[in-house]
Amino acid sequence: MANTKKLAIIATKGTLDFAYPPLILATTAAALDYDVTIFWTFYGLQVLKKERNLKISPLGNPAMPMPVPMPVFVQMLPGMESMATIMMKQKMAGKGVASIDDLLEMALESDVKMIACQMTVDLFDFKHEELIDGVEYAGAARFFEVAQDADITLFI
Amino acid sequence: MADQTLDAKGLNCPLPILRAKKALKEMAPGQILAIEATDPGSAKDFESFCSQTGNELVKASENGKVFYYEIRKV
Repeated sequence: MANTKKLAIIATKGTLDFAYPPLILATTAAALDYDVTIFWTFYGLQVLKKERNLKISPLGNPAMPMPVPMPVFVQMLPGMESMATIMMKQKMAGKGVASIDDLLEMALESDVKMIACQMTVDLFDFKHEELIDGVEYAGAARFFEVAQDADITLFI
Repeated sequence: MADQTLDAKGLNCPLPILRAKKALKEMAPGQILAIEATDPGSAKDFESFCSQTGNELVKASENGKVFYYEIRKV
């Protein structure tokens, strides 16, 4: 296609909720015939893990809607994070929201290019085998090569 | 008369768009894809999808809680 539009995203977060924006935007842009690249850095790398276990926590997130008001000292009790994660996943499934696994699969199917920040991979002692296949490992200079002719660049 | 139908009822953003794109990929130019959805955001989204991809939104209507669209593949 002539004049393919390009989207470049930097994804820095690894919680269940913040894994959504880069993947929703990337898959949608791909459906709109964009050429899409996501540069995953810092906690964003957790989204690329084969064995990913993304969680959400009400702790430190006062804007998170809760079924019942919950004081902070209750939010910090053991198991609360897992419980909040399970409840959020159930709510999402009930509302027809795609899972992160599904969105990631759709992103890969539609040729969204995934670049993992090699510096953060080293920093966290991640191994390339721990991340999904087809990921490119590179640094900031590579991102700028992608972003320099991108029509849209987002930092998430 | 639609050539292909897509049931996107119960699906939320961005799934109706992604499923529609996938269905259109398998179709020939000029063919019509009929879509049923319940996501209220899909009304604006299918308009935007068509204006950006060149596909033609030939019909958009709402019947109670179900939105109905027909898209002609470019």
